[in-house]
Amino acid sequence: MDLNSLTIHALSEKLSKKEVSSVEATKAYLERIGAVDDKIKAFLIVTADEALKQAEEADKRRAQNNNITPLTGVPISVKDIFCTKGIRTTCASKILAGFVPPYDSTVVARLKDAGAVILGKNNMDEFAMGSSTENSAFQKTANPWALDRVPGGSSGGSAASVAALECAASVGTDTGGSIRQPAALCGVVGFKPTYGRVSRFGMIAFASSLDQAGPFTRDTIDSAIMLKAMAGFDPRDSTSIDAPVPDYLSEIEKGVAGLKIGIPKEYFIEGMDAEVEASVREALKILEKEGAVLVPVSLPHTEYAVAVYYLVATAEASSNLARFDGVKYGLRVNESGNLLDMYKKTRDSGFGGEVKRRIMLGTYSLSAGYYDAYYKKASEVRTLIKNDFETAFKACDIIATPTTPTPAFRFGEKVADPLTMYLSDIFTISCNLAGIPGVSIPCGFTKENLPIGLQILGRPLDETTVLRAARAYERAAGCTLQAPAL
Amino acid sequence: MSITKKDVLHAADLARLELTAEEQDLYTEQLSRILNYVEKLSELDTTGIAPTTYTVPLKTVMRADESRPSLPHEEALSNAPDSDKDCFKVPRIIE
Repeated sequence: MDLNSLTIHALSEKLSKKEVSSVEATKAYLERIGAVDDKIKAFLIVTADEALKQAEEADKRRAQNNNITPLTGVPISVKDIFCTKGIRTTCASKILAGFVPPYDSTVVARLKDAGAVILGKNNMDEFAMGSSTENSAFQKTANPWALDRVPGGSSGGSAASVAALECAASVGTDTGGSIRQPAALCGVVGFKPTYGRVSRFGMIAFASSLDQAGPFTRDTIDSAIMLKAMAGFDPRDSTSIDAPVPDYLSEIEKGVAGLKIGIPKEYFIEGMDAEVEASVREALKILEKEGAVLVPVSLPHTEYAVAVYYLVATAEASSNLARFDGVKYGLRVNESGNLLDMYKKTRDSGFGGEVKRRIMLGTYSLSAGYYDAYYKKASEVRTLIKNDFETAFKACDIIATPTTPTPAFRFGEKVADPLTMYLSDIFTISCNLAGIPGVSIPCGFTKENLPIGLQILGRPLDETTVLRAARAYERAAGCTLQAPAL
Repeated sequence: MSITKKDVLHAADLARLELTAEEQDLYTEQLSRILNYVEKLSELDTTGIAPTTYTVPLKTVMRADESRPSLPHEEALSNAPDSDKDCFKVPRIIE
C-alpha cells in the first residue's frame, strides 16, 4: 500500500515501529501533490521546505521518545482561512493576496505542537462563502471523483486533498456546512464540533456565532485523533468552551446497541436525489441491525433554516469584513489620495462577487429600519430551531440524515443563481444555528460513481456519541478506503 | 419585499463598496429575490421568543491588568500597505 493512502492511525503505527520515517511519508505526499494537483488544484500553496523540516523534527521527536502523539510526523494540510506564521494566508481573496501572518492560529499551533507536518494551504470559497469552491479568487478545485464536478465548499480544497490522497488529513471550517457538505461530495469523513469546542483564534472570521473548525479524514478514528489535538478551551477565544476534552478514542468502538437514532421527517424531502435517499436509508438499516433503535422525530422549523442563516451569517460577515479597508494589511487601491475613495476602491476591487453580495445583504438587513424585520426576526427563529433540537434530543441520542440533497454538481451549474446554491446547504445549516456537533461519513456511491454522505448530529459537547455511531456504521458497512482513479 | 437601486446604493455606501453600474443592477435583482425568500420568516409568530445570538453562554472576560508579551511594532506593521515609523499611514484626512 502506498504511504500516501494510509489512515493517520495506520501511518502512526508504522512511524512508531520505525518502519517508515516522517521524512519518507512527507516526501511521498509531496510527490503525490506534484503528480495530481495540476488536475485537482486543492492547494493554494505547498510549503515543501517547511514540511520537510517539520518532518525531520518529528522524526527526532520519535527517536528521542519525546512527547509523541498519534499525529507526530503525520503530513496534513490546512484550509487557507487559518493564519500560519510566516506562510501566506489569503482566504482565497485578492484582498489578502500578499498577507503573511505574524502568528499562528490556535488550531495550527496545536496541530504543530502535536507534531503534525503541514504540507500547505488548501483552496476554498473566498472568505468561506460558497458551497462549491468556485468562489475562490485564484482557482477552481475539481472533485477527485469526477473532474468536471465541484468538490463542494467552502472547504473544497481540504476535502479534495484528502480524497485525492494528497495529505493524510486536513482542517477546514464549517459555518453552514462547509466541512460536512464537501466531505459528502468527496467521499471523506468531515467533522464539525460543537460551537466553542475548538478555538477560533487566528481563524479569519466569516460569521462569528457559527464558524467552527474541524477535521477532514479518511475514517472516523482519524477524526477522533484530529479532534482531540484541536479541541479545548483557549483564553484567546472568549467563545471557546471551558470544558474537559474527552478521549474520543476510548468509547469509539462501543457500538450502537440500544442507542436511539432520531430520523427527522423534514430531512427526507421531495426533490432530493433518489440514489442519495436510498443509500442513506440503507445506512440506517445497517445501524438498526447493529442494535440501534430508529425513532421518528420532528424538527418542524427546518424549512426556515436557510432564511435564518442567510440573514444571520451575512449580518455578522458585513461587520467582520469591515476590517479589510486597505489600512492594516492586504490590498490598497489609492488612486485619488482620498481616504473614503481608498476604502471603496480597495474593497470593490479586492472582494469577489459573492462576498460583495453577502456584505450588501448583511449591511442592508442591519441598516436603520430593517433590523427588527430581518436580523432580530432571524435570531428569534434561530431560537425555535435550537429548541427543535432540544426537544428531539429528549427522544433520541443522535439524529441521522442525508448530508446533502444531491451528489456533487457540475461546475457552473449553480453559479448564476445564488439562491439555488444556498439551498444545497439545506441539511447542514440547522446544526450551525443550534451550535451542535455533526459529522458526514461516506455511505455509498451513485451509479455515476459519485460519493454520498450520511450526516450524524449530536447533543452539544457530545462528540463522543456522534463518533461512536459513525464508527459503528463504518465498521458494520465494511467501509474501506475508496480512492478515485486519477 | 423588493429592494430598489437606491437601497442598493445606500447599503453599498454604508459598506464602503463602490459598485459598478453592472453590479448595481445585478445586486438589485439578486438581493430582491433573496429578500423575497427570507420573507417566509414572517409566517412565524415569534412573540415572546428571545433571540439567540450565540449558542454558548457568553461572559465578559476580565484579566489582571498586567503587561504581557505582544507583537513587536515591526511585525504588527509588516503587512501594512503603507507605514511610517510606528504608525499605519493613510491618505490625508484633515486639510
